[in-house]
Amino acid sequence: MNVDVLNRSGVLPAASVRAAIADCDIHPRVTGYDALAPWLSKQWREHLATFGMTHRQPFEKGAAYPKSQPMASRRDAWPPGGTPGSDLAFMARQHLDPNNVALGILNPLTPSGQGAMNPDLSAAVTHAVNEWQVAHWTSRDSRLKASVVVPYEDAAASAREIELRAGDPSFAQVLLLTRTAEPLGQRRYWPIYEAAAAAGLPVGIHAFGFGGWPITSAGWPSHYIEEAVGHAQCCQSVLTSLILEGVFERFPALKIVLVEAGFAWAPPLAWRLDRNWAKLKQEVPRAARMPSEYIRSQVWFTTQPMEEPEPRTNLLDTIEWMGWDRLLFATDYPHWDFDDPAAALPLRLTEDQRGAVFRGNARAVYGF
Amino acid sequence: MPDAGPIDCDVHPFVPSLKALHPYLDRFWRDTFVRRGLEELNSTSYPTVNPLTARADWREPGGKPPATPGRLAANVLDPMGTRLAICNCLYGVQLLYNEDMAIALTRALNDWIAREWLDADPRLRASIVVAPQNPGAAAEEIDRCAADPRFVQVLMLVSGEAPLGKRQHWPIFKAAQRNNLALGIHAGSAYRTPVTAVGWPSTFTEDYVNQAQAFQAGLTSLLAEGVFTKFPDLTVVLIESGVTWLPAHVQRLTKTWKGVRPDIPWVVQAPDEIMRARVRLTVQPFDGPPDAHGLERILDHLGSDEILLFATDYPHWQFEGLEALPPGIPEGLRWKMMVENPLRTYVRLKQTLGETVT
Repeated sequence: MNVDVLNRSGVLPAASVRAAIADCDIHPRVTGYDALAPWLSKQWREHLATFGMTHRQPFEKGAAYPKSQPMASRRDAWPPGGTPGSDLAFMARQHLDPNNVALGILNPLTPSGQGAMNPDLSAAVTHAVNEWQVAHWTSRDSRLKASVVVPYEDAAASAREIELRAGDPSFAQVLLLTRTAEPLGQRRYWPIYEAAAAAGLPVGIHAFGFGGWPITSAGWPSHYIEEAVGHAQCCQSVLTSLILEGVFERFPALKIVLVEAGFAWAPPLAWRLDRNWAKLKQEVPRAARMPSEYIRSQVWFTTQPMEEPEPRTNLLDTIEWMGWDRLLFATDYPHWDFDDPAAALPLRLTEDQRGAVFRGNARAVYGF
Repeated sequence: MPDAGPIDCDVHPFVPSLKALHPYLDRFWRDTFVRRGLEELNSTSYPTVNPLTARADWREPGGKPPATPGRLAANVLDPMGTRLAICNCLYGVQLLYNEDMAIALTRALNDWIAREWLDADPRLRASIVVAPQNPGAAAEEIDRCAADPRFVQVLMLVSGEAPLGKRQHWPIFKAAQRNNLALGIHAGSAYRTPVTAVGWPSTFTEDYVNQAQAFQAGLTSLLAEGVFTKFPDLTVVLIESGVTWLPAHVQRLTKTWKGVRPDIPWVVQAPDEIMRARVRLTVQPFDGPPDAHGLERILDHLGSDEILLFATDYPHWQFEGLEALPPGIPEGLRWKMMVENPLRTYVRLKQTLGETVT
């Protein structure tokens, strides 16, 4: 028997990756509510000063599962006097310039107002964060595009925010988080998809959030690793819901981008969905087509954190099953599990394949 | 030996009604159930009318799932030439909130299985059903039943009151290990929390698809809490899980472990190595790709020909006719799945083989 686990013959030397790339998951960070003050009414400024902003989770501040390092960020990603992702000049020097990022999609996370317990506060803060992205980021660096963060538990308010941004070239997509109060395919969320499709904006759904439900079907696990890996299962549940509730069928122009959830689980999920749909479709008539067809035509996946099989070349099977047009390269800067474009995807790819994953697919989805 | 029939690692005895268990209950519980009008405990995970719960041509006249060892023999054991079959009873005892009631019912259920099924057909073996609501009592039940060598496994649902690996469940694992029983984890939920991380789904189809994600989380929990480290002789069998989700999940788990090892310092071996050595999966459903090349590739991704166990999942509707394996499984692997892997996984099977196999 040949033991082949360390075969790296498919590995491409790092120096060959210096072409321009699209990075479809960059996290800018709001440093305190004061940074949002110009776009908040007096009522909400006072509310934040008096009551703060809480989410459906145990702690006032910080994660219920302590991250592996402060702010889940690279140790070298802290600008002088600031927090990771808070300083455009530092980000440009450390990431955008040396990695030749031609298109960077901004996905602001906490404190973005998304999933805040108070729905009116959620609407006010997400609106301010959208203005902040334009003022501090996209208007200062043409490589960067913002995501419309919306108060997704209030679909009507979300749709209004999306309509406000329609046609504005500063914005590349609408951003939702995966951990919602109900599965995202359910009809209470449909106004979001309707507004996004009408505005021609893809909907990015990023792992994490604050739905209040345990991340496993058996309750709350104990460790950070269980939560971190659990996001992949959560994302599978989200995609299952979107398909079976008929979202893709109802909004054929809708593009969904699943962000930071891995992707190797997608082919087996598609097989499982197809197999059970064939037997049970009478129960789910809103999914009129075979589930895998929706995934193949209306769903994209960002690469980070990508699964790393041994041998690495098994990943080529996975990508063949998904389609080379489905993957969008992402670094997750400035987080600790950042993927360096020179070292990620260590496979011998054709120029076309490499071009698609690192640039072309993002252009096709986002239209830049 | 090559002409010996397959070992079917997942068949489901159906409890026709709670009344069937009355002879195995003491008077207090019998009276309680009669007085309070409790007639059945079938789970939402497998509604009896649902097409997946029982294949149409296997249902009793009138539509109920088939409920006798005779029907099991006629429908699958005889025509497939089955050598041994492991009964995994899915009656809803794990779903009860009253742990005394759950304990009484698991005792009755295990006695019912032994008397009504194992005694009726020498090819049958069974799993010990336990109530994880009270792990101490579950461990006592394991020790009680283990005296009968025809019990070869302990059975839990993938989604109970707490993640599988949690320390509160360890008395169950300890009892399983000391009695040389495998730990069988079956699809299904006690519905203490929704089957998805984002709340309650709308349909059975969605619930059932999500069982694969429940298994992923369950496996993560068993690994992260240190169950494989603490119980080195325990083999975990994932039953009716779907199988093909495994490679991607283990890759993600292994990668993340490399990044955050101090979070679970007792896990000192790479998760993919642990899984290959300690986790087994029954192959119905298989959820494979639609083409032969894809099947060949996903079998390669699984990384071992020792982890798959033949199963029909009878009477659940997973296949037509007698084609219980996905087409295209290589001959050598078929043999391993049907005979060699089950015998290695369920070490107690060998104890009783001489009595039944000629």
